[in-house]
Amino acid sequence: MPRAAGAEVVRAIEQAHREWGFVLAATVRVAGDIDSAEEAVQDAYAIALATWPTRGIPANPAAWLTVTARRRALDVHRREATARRALPKLVEPAPEPVDAQVEALDEIPDERLRLIFTCCHPALASEAQVALTLRLVCGLSTLEIARAFLVQESTMAARITRAKHKIRVANIPYGVPEGEELPARLEQVLSVVHLVFTTGHSAPSGAHLTRPDLAERGVELARILRALLPADPDVAGLLALVLLTDARRPARVDGAGELVLLADQDRSSWDHVAIAEGVALVTEALTPRPPGRFALMAAIAAIHDESPSWAETDWDAILALYDLLRAAWPTPVVELNRAIALGFAVGSEAGLAELDSLAADPRLARYPYLAAARADFLMRLGRPADARIAYDEALILTDNEVEREFLAARALALDDE
Amino acid sequence: MSKYLILIFQDEAAVQPPGDSVSANYRAFMEKHAGSLRGGVALESPATATSIRRNDSGEPTVTDGPFAESKEALGGTFLIEAADLDEALVIAKEVPAGIGVEVRPVRVVS
Repeated sequence: MPRAAGAEVVRAIEQAHREWGFVLAATVRVAGDIDSAEEAVQDAYAIALATWPTRGIPANPAAWLTVTARRRALDVHRREATARRALPKLVEPAPEPVDAQVEALDEIPDERLRLIFTCCHPALASEAQVALTLRLVCGLSTLEIARAFLVQESTMAARITRAKHKIRVANIPYGVPEGEELPARLEQVLSVVHLVFTTGHSAPSGAHLTRPDLAERGVELARILRALLPADPDVAGLLALVLLTDARRPARVDGAGELVLLADQDRSSWDHVAIAEGVALVTEALTPRPPGRFALMAAIAAIHDESPSWAETDWDAILALYDLLRAAWPTPVVELNRAIALGFAVGSEAGLAELDSLAADPRLARYPYLAAARADFLMRLGRPADARIAYDEALILTDNEVEREFLAARALALDDE
Repeated sequence: MSKYLILIFQDEAAVQPPGDSVSANYRAFMEKHAGSLRGGVALESPATATSIRRNDSGEPTVTDGPFAESKEALGGTFLIEAADLDEALVIAKEVPAGIGVEVRPVRVVS
């Protein structure tokens, strides 16, 4: 292989970093546990950085990294076994060059599904499932994950260490569950991926409306699942949902970083390639009866994405989909969104009445979008004084700064009237 | 293979069946999982418990009652052996416990 320029190597390594989950998943079984596999994979990337400039970038970087990481893991294993036998080790055999043997990735089985199911095991706390998935499957550093969830790096490090310790000590299996266990476990995996995406799409707190890195990881994870489980309609539904939602990201804030409502967004700046891909997936995801929740949420997103303007939105179809979603997945947040759809399909009066009936639900007591939606309908109904109170309530409950500015501007506009 | 201790919790107020025979549902559970069971005990009610705590100077003091006062009382345990946590959970889900169970890996001491 020819020598490679430094910049070229850095780019190749960055590119290969996307294969982190593949390399790690393929190394775990050789290494015996996740911790030593992680060390071996880190070593493999370091070796790549050191050797690729002189020996050239391999034809298939992911395969090269996998073979190198597995070899490192085996070496460590052997060395530990030797140490255990307390034999003096005099000569260390020189490692054979990797390049000759690995040209095709196809020869290495894709073990990422095992890794994902292990990270999302129900015996782990939900926040640990998310953190482990980002760390082990997406290859994010602890610092990156801590920043994404706005916690101290030490807090996140402790969370990940605790989860890995439990995997090892409780012997959480490295595998894909079979039979009747599978549907519930897959649902858990899909929820984790969806949570990664939604945290990125609408950041619960912080200075920016979105955290694009997390939204992109969510899409990436959904794509991995789709590649590994191509026949599963719920997986198709999840990928459709994240693509169709993420497609609107470019229009959700304006040049000044301020929030733009769906009604006012520049629809030409939406990602139409992603929309086309998402719409094709929705059709596939809706095939089984009854359709799953991700498929239904994706279908709702598809109606918005395909509507030429806010005024032409088919609210009757959206309301009908919310009725199905409410049956498939009865949660207060779905009820809230259904009430908003009802308000647009039938009238603000009906929407407000439905929202008021939801206000008694303690699970929505700290949910800012309920107050914000009430404020909007009150304004449409010509009740600015009541709307003002509802905006204030929403402001108290909102931690995202971009959303706060939007709500404050709305409330101020009412004062000027 | 790993060993797990299943801690069985039941409502403290639950009426304990009289006599010392194993109830039918527990007998069925034990027969079904005889291959995985390595031991187990049923406990008398928490009202019969005695706790020993160390005071500030490290002296043991004896008091009446269970260590932690709670509605969920430890009623007994099973020791099982399973290939991994998933296999242990399949077994643990079938324990006919009043409230539920806790599954703890047994520490391997070398």
